[in-house]
Amino acid sequence: MDFYSISSGFLYATFFIYLIATAFFGMTLGNKRDDNKKSKATKYAMIFTIIGFISQLTSYIFRWLEAGHIPVSNMFEYVYFFGMMLILAFIVIHYVYGISALGLIALPVAIVVIGYGSMFPQEVAPLVPSLQSSWLYIHVTTVGLAQAILAISFIAGMLFLIVKVDQSVRSKETTFLELIIYGILSTIGFIILSTTFGAMDYEAVFTKEIDGYQEEIEYDMPALFAPHDSEIITEDRFASGLETPGWMQGVDAGPKLNSLVLSLVVGLILYAIIRLILRQRVAAYLQPKFGKISPDVVDDIMYRAVAIGFPLFTLGGLIFAAIWAQEAWGRFWGWDPKEVWALVTWFFYAVFLHLRLAKGWHGKKSAWLAVIGFVIIMFNLIVINLVIAGLHSYA
Amino acid sequence: MSVKSVKCDCGHINHEGTVLCEACGKPIEGNQHIDGNDEKHVLEMRYEGSARRSKTYKRTFIDKTWAFFSSVKVGVWLIVITLVLSALGTIYPQEKFKNSPLPSSQFYVEEYGLTGKIFYQLGFHNMYDSWWYITLVALIGVSLIICSIDRYVPLRRALKNQKTKRHEIFVKRQRLVSEDNNLTEDDLNQLKTNLKSKRYKVYEDDGHIMAEKNRFSRWGAYVNHIGLIIILIAAIFRMFEVMHVEDYVWVREGETRVIPSTNQEYYVKNEEFIYEVYDPVQQEQFRMALEDVENPVPKNFQTNAIIYKAVGETITGQEPELEEVERGEVRLNQPVTFDGYSLYQAGTQVESEYDSMTFTVSLEDESLGEFTFDTDDAPPQFELESGTTVNVDGWFPELEFTESGPSSFSKFPRNPGMILSVENPETNNLERFFYLQEDIVPLSDENQLAVEVTEVDRRSASGLSVKKDYTLPLFGVGAAIFMIGVVQGLYWYHRRIWIHPKDGKYLIGVHTNKNWFGMKQELDKVTSGTNVGEFTDQQEMK
Ligand code: HEM
Repeated sequence: MDFYSISSGFLYATFFIYLIATAFFGMTLGNKRDDNKKSKATKYAMIFTIIGFISQLTSYIFRWLEAGHIPVSNMFEYVYFFGMMLILAFIVIHYVYGISALGLIALPVAIVVIGYGSMFPQEVAPLVPSLQSSWLYIHVTTVGLAQAILAISFIAGMLFLIVKVDQSVRSKETTFLELIIYGILSTIGFIILSTTFGAMDYEAVFTKEIDGYQEEIEYDMPALFAPHDSEIITEDRFASGLETPGWMQGVDAGPKLNSLVLSLVVGLILYAIIRLILRQRVAAYLQPKFGKISPDVVDDIMYRAVAIGFPLFTLGGLIFAAIWAQEAWGRFWGWDPKEVWALVTWFFYAVFLHLRLAKGWHGKKSAWLAVIGFVIIMFNLIVINLVIAGLHSYA
Repeated sequence: MSVKSVKCDCGHINHEGTVLCEACGKPIEGNQHIDGNDEKHVLEMRYEGSARRSKTYKRTFIDKTWAFFSSVKVGVWLIVITLVLSALGTIYPQEKFKNSPLPSSQFYVEEYGLTGKIFYQLGFHNMYDSWWYITLVALIGVSLIICSIDRYVPLRRALKNQKTKRHEIFVKRQRLVSEDNNLTEDDLNQLKTNLKSKRYKVYEDDGHIMAEKNRFSRWGAYVNHIGLIIILIAAIFRMFEVMHVEDYVWVREGETRVIPSTNQEYYVKNEEFIYEVYDPVQQEQFRMALEDVENPVPKNFQTNAIIYKAVGETITGQEPELEEVERGEVRLNQPVTFDGYSLYQAGTQVESEYDSMTFTVSLEDESLGEFTFDTDDAPPQFELESGTTVNVDGWFPELEFTESGPSSFSKFPRNPGMILSVENPETNNLERFFYLQEDIVPLSDENQLAVEVTEVDRRSASGLSVKKDYTLPLFGVGAAIFMIGVVQGLYWYHRRIWIHPKDGKYLIGVHTNKNWFGMKQELDKVTSGTNVGEFTDQQEMK
């Protein structure tokens, strides 16, 4: 067996182990269960989490051995690393604070994140010259770790909100909370679509004239939105008759819009099914399950994560990034979209710290900021990488 | 400045606008609204209740400007506005990344339609060096400076003047308190020992005890702001051309060129340019990835360069005398540096030019000799061994055909064309040939001789960018100070514990500037082995 297959094997195993861990965390829910059972469930959950982490680390190391360079050089690898650091940060937080309810958010988020990353090409690719630098190791790993730690503040923030938002009446807060949950479900929707149609080897090809050339545009999901002004050339493939609007530019505008909308639709279906079963808002259902938590402690975790994540992000995302850029291109800062978004993220967490320290934004307000911070990080990772790809050669 | 002052019952004279007496901490009547203490039981300890200029004077224009910029609310708004604008600037490419020959006025409309037009008209296509973006950043800087001075000075004074003996109200209105403790001498001694082992400094005065640690962490925010200000100053310096050099030079293989922006002082020779791609056969593990893409994946761009320095007087029109100073391989991520300058591998034209072409001349399958035409030093005539002469009648490095016949578009041999006339003693005839696109066309049907191209040698040009930046150290210092300040402020906490005797019992008040969770854990250890009762958190979230 070669390293690559070993690595993939361990990655599959990791998914299942994390799922089992999540199930054990699930058993810690509810107010009726006795504490003894809960602490046993927590213990097993943590054991599985740690086994899962070791399995993921093993998979990572084998991939590293195969490639001969650290696997952080494309979308799949980066997200993979980020997910692994998320679990690591969670394990550490657990042993400091011992709040098992966090696991019930952290693990599903990590699973969804890693699952999402796995939808991108997984082949081991060589490093192009611009990435051949030891700064790749230093910069990307620091950023990955920093973002994972900042994600912990999101997870603590979610826990805080699920428990603390008043669910007896509908409000802006309840709506936003449902939206976040819907966002996660849509990501799952994307994973379901990609795996299903990937397994079927689905392919629909359109041709379209761009700048006088006939370009072929491939879809790996049914085309709800065909490219603008295009013709389908594969037979027996679904075409809804809808087109991507003409102002959306770029060869891949069609498939990108298409995957996005389909994922949102599947997310909506998932959400609707869950709502039908629960007959109430998802967060309202979860609230009593999570039971009592100590708000001060959860708030503290949220702050602590930012207090650690912010300097680390400054170091990795701005300082190391600048040193590398200086070494590679002779300019430490060039305002390319990824750099701008690192700055945006940094500004945002500076705002978080100021509002907290000087304006006393604790608890719910702080939690909402932590959620927005995570949205910014994900936006940076997904939209900027995939849509506004700058100099950085990810994906 | 005539400073009005407020005298506290304890005798300490405080500046006008003080909220809590610097010495004993007693709330000063009439000023409690400043920190919002009138509405809450727990005292606001952020600035120790010190008198900040921004909260005290609000009459003149200067007072108002000062108050405006020292407000965190204003600072945060400035950051938020900058953040949102910065993000909006990434929707479409900035002008310098647009990569299109169209002028911006057309590019954004044609490429992105109406939204592109708006983007352009708002000036977002050139956001990050626009006057308004720079102004915003400058305003953040101003706010940073003013708000830091506004707080740092009085906070420092307050912490310096604090007394061990505090007013009862001050202790009682701390967030964590424990009242009515019956403590024996032993308890007190144990407490002091515990505190010292937790690295508190313990002060005593008239039966009152104060334990304090990590006061320096209070300065973290100010230190990090100083770092940011240094970075902004570095950015201002960088706006001046003299602070940095940025230039670009193309050097062909074998060529030596002066490095621009070095006052004709330095020259670079491109000894060899190396371009390598990944090979899916050799590197088996990348096979799948390499076969997935259409073009070969580059592995290395490299210029083997020699840097020379011109010695002696440079006389215009005369080749300077050169002395080697540095030799190295310029690769992406590996610039070669000399005298503060760095040369970066920035561009490539792989085999875009012809270096030489080799021809043979023959008559009825019998070779009459061979010659090589070097594009750089093209001699007009070649004498072959057999006595045959070849004349170069026309040389067009970048051939194009115009109405007046063949001509050259540039002096770079990218698509060379050549007219040759060959004279042979046997045929005694002048025969003419045209060389074009690596092929030979006889210019007459009667030509008896044959000329063939046997070899062409192409060469690459390497684009090197030249940089020198005097501001880098300043940026580095700023970044380092920023990091030190952030760590100082975020990983240490300023903690104080006051033990206040009252009617034979003890009142204990605790303050930490952050991380109350950790404070509570530490209190458990500090009070272990003593008779101190439970602490109440007067501000716990429910
Ligand atoms: C991007 C720019 C800025 C960054 C990165 C930054 C960073 C920081 C950090 C890390 C802290 C410490 C926070 C904590 O301990 O939790 C802090 C505190 C503070 N900052 Fe800034 N800051 C920035 C701009 C500003 C501006 C424009 C103002 C002006 C209003 C300001 C006012 C303050 C104040 C008042 C504090 C609290 C100091 C204290 O009470 O101890 N900051 N800043």
